[in-house]
Amino acid sequence: MKHRLKTFGRGGIHPDDKKAPAADCPVRNSYFGQTAVIPMGQHLGAPAECLVKPGDTVREGERIGEAAGPISAHVHCPFPGVVEKVEPLILPNGSSSRAVFLRIEGPFEPVSDRRVNDGWARMSSEELLAMIREAGLVGLGGATFPVHVKIAVPKGKKADFLIINGVECEPYLCADYRVMLEYTEEVLEGIDIVAKITDAAKVIIAVENNKPKAIEKMKEAVARSGRPYIVESLKVRYPQGDEKQLIQAVTGAEVPSGALPIEVGCVVCNVGTAKSVYDAVVLRRPLTERIVTVSGGAVAHPANLKTRIGVPVKDLLSECGTDFSKVKKIVIGGPMMGFALADWNTPVTKGTGGILALTAKEIRTKAETACLHCGRCVRVCPMGLAPVTLYKLIQAGEYAKAAEAGLSDCKECGCCSYTCPAGLYLVQAFKKGKILRRKMG
Amino acid sequence: MKDKKSEFRFSVVSSPQIRGNLSTGKIMLYVILALLPAALWGVFQFGFYSLAVLVVSIVSAAVAEGLVCLIRKKNTLGDGSAVLTGLLVGMNMPPSIPLYIPVAASFVAIIVFKAVFGGLGCNIVNPALGGRLFAFFSWSSAMFTFQSPRVFLSSTADAVTSATPLSFLKSSVSEYAGSIASEADLIALKHYPVTRWDLAVTDRINAWTGENFCSGYFDAFFGFKSGCIGEISAFLLLSGGLFLLAKRIIRWEIPTAFIGTFALLVWVFGGLRAGTGFFSGDPLYQVLTGGLMLGAFFMATDMVTSPFRSGAMLLFGVGCGLLTFLIRFYGSFPEGVSLAIVFMNLTVPMLDRLFIPRRFGVKRKKKGEKA
Ligand code: SF4
Ligand code: SF4
Repeated sequence: MKHRLKTFGRGGIHPDDKKAPAADCPVRNSYFGQTAVIPMGQHLGAPAECLVKPGDTVREGERIGEAAGPISAHVHCPFPGVVEKVEPLILPNGSSSRAVFLRIEGPFEPVSDRRVNDGWARMSSEELLAMIREAGLVGLGGATFPVHVKIAVPKGKKADFLIINGVECEPYLCADYRVMLEYTEEVLEGIDIVAKITDAAKVIIAVENNKPKAIEKMKEAVARSGRPYIVESLKVRYPQGDEKQLIQAVTGAEVPSGALPIEVGCVVCNVGTAKSVYDAVVLRRPLTERIVTVSGGAVAHPANLKTRIGVPVKDLLSECGTDFSKVKKIVIGGPMMGFALADWNTPVTKGTGGILALTAKEIRTKAETACLHCGRCVRVCPMGLAPVTLYKLIQAGEYAKAAEAGLSDCKECGCCSYTCPAGLYLVQAFKKGKILRRKMG
Repeated sequence: MKDKKSEFRFSVVSSPQIRGNLSTGKIMLYVILALLPAALWGVFQFGFYSLAVLVVSIVSAAVAEGLVCLIRKKNTLGDGSAVLTGLLVGMNMPPSIPLYIPVAASFVAIIVFKAVFGGLGCNIVNPALGGRLFAFFSWSSAMFTFQSPRVFLSSTADAVTSATPLSFLKSSVSEYAGSIASEADLIALKHYPVTRWDLAVTDRINAWTGENFCSGYFDAFFGFKSGCIGEISAFLLLSGGLFLLAKRIIRWEIPTAFIGTFALLVWVFGGLRAGTGFFSGDPLYQVLTGGLMLGAFFMATDMVTSPFRSGAMLLFGVGCGLLTFLIRFYGSFPEGVSLAIVFMNLTVPMLDRLFIPRRFGVKRKKKGEKA
């Protein structure tokens, strides 16, 4: 009998996954130009303290930003070169921080995959976490939470589950998919390290069943190496890659509103992050590069590019043969939660999983009409909110009431706006509402 | 270098960056498409005058919406809802109604029952039903004057032809209480007109099964009966409703609960007025006649005036079914669908509040404990 696939409880949608063109493209190295821009605030939390000034010569992999406070991450220089200027830069997600503008010059170090640190198994959790912090790791799934904080189990808590997130539920994106296929061993060793740090009782690698090859490959590798990990294939549904939905899909537990996953004994870590943990601990390499899916209707040759932080988005789009005359919107990240670019010189950052050049046809902008009270948004909200009610409260300026109705639980997954036939900008209102609510105390 | 900022002409809006393909206009279009066959069938049965009634209703609704747009300085004609309201008003009119009545009904629907509440999405009562009720109470006799359809092939056609089956039943059932086996018998007994076609098919079935089914069901199902322009063909309305269900424009809860509750009540209590006791009602005939199909699939499901969530929709549908039953069997009107829906429309804000979703990660009982 066929085993019923797991998934999360309520709401959710099934957008067309559009992974096809890029999913079968093996990861390749991208080109880069003569300049790079490296922002200090590429993660959730306080931006890093900039350590260089104009005129400085920097080496590849040199630390140029120092984590400022407990929730922050170091920033390393992806290229050798000379600092031209250090100026504030606003990233597409609205965060503003100082950025190092670099002229690339000087010798590159030869790429080596030498296992510098084979003995990590004998190291303590603290030492391993320190190494991860040292390498400036942030979650590569999109939320960019500093990894050394995210996977550290607080005192008095126990991790029953370590869930490895290979869901990648956003349409178009397939960077994690390629990582699972092409860096299977690295990912698994990265998982070993995270499992050791968290001392998790059970390790579950969760992948949606629209990626049969990745599931196969991971299962095979797990079985061959005799690791006690479980590869769980999940029913396709957006936003399953979200931490809370994923935990519910896998364990059935609901993370209480406002609490962290560890509250229900879970630690979640993205597959790409697991690979970067491997890089940081075994190869002792800082996080200066990542895999980015470049796709969308206006891109002639969609690809998965291994690119370094700081390369302008436009260069990668041009490299993949983007017809800019067809582009209606350039999106960084996935189409559901990603940000539309206001400046195509925006650099790739640690959190950039995808760059999409979308045509008008793909976006399907709708004319805004009055809310039909159709209830579709209520039925698709995975958080059990009533987006229509929140929206009306925010439009009326009732931020406190909106907060009471659960505004802060909204994770901006976009299910409501996607579905709303009236084409209302619901998520936009929620973002605004959250900011104004915070401002008003 | 071409990458100057000034050249950047791409759209920058908040996430999500892509949208689903259902829009307000599309919803309205689908509903209109689903209604058209039944409306055209009415025109076929009642002649061109009824087409004029439909057109006048739609045009007046559009004109009324246009006036509202002018006053509000906001163009809402494009969302298509006014045309839909007009069509529904027309379909709910008797075929030979004087034209000023649909004009008035459409204006009242759009201006009083929609615009005054704040326009599309803010109205509490379904505008088309509001308009219909207004006409109903203002010009009762005109609203009760029906015309017999073109295709009454029976030789027994006489004065009763123009009564709708429901008003016919209502007016004569008390006379015969106790002396008939079921309400349907009455239809046959009093020679309520049936088509030859229906008679033939019923005879055939009776011959096959050895039962003694009454004639009239096929006429009621396919739409050979008198009634409002758009309500006579249960078959075409049901098909339209199923089309909307398949397209996921409407949901199953309301029509199912509405028709189900009504049919159940008719079966259990419907026989009482004919003196045949409990469990002898004729749900099939009752469901196929009057405005039930039109109401259950197209008017009770109006999103603006029905609840959000599944459970609330079921309750809403049950309420509609119950009230329709009470009005049809115990009220002074032969037909109760519109009144029932309008009444239930009023309960929607309450139903919505009752069925507020449970928030993810928040326990029901601890409501209000968390900030
Ligand atoms: S964006 Fe917020 S309100 Fe909308 S569906 Fe997602 S969680 Fe619910
Ligand atoms: S989906 Fe849009 S139109 Fe429907 S109730 Fe929600 S906000 Fe209103």
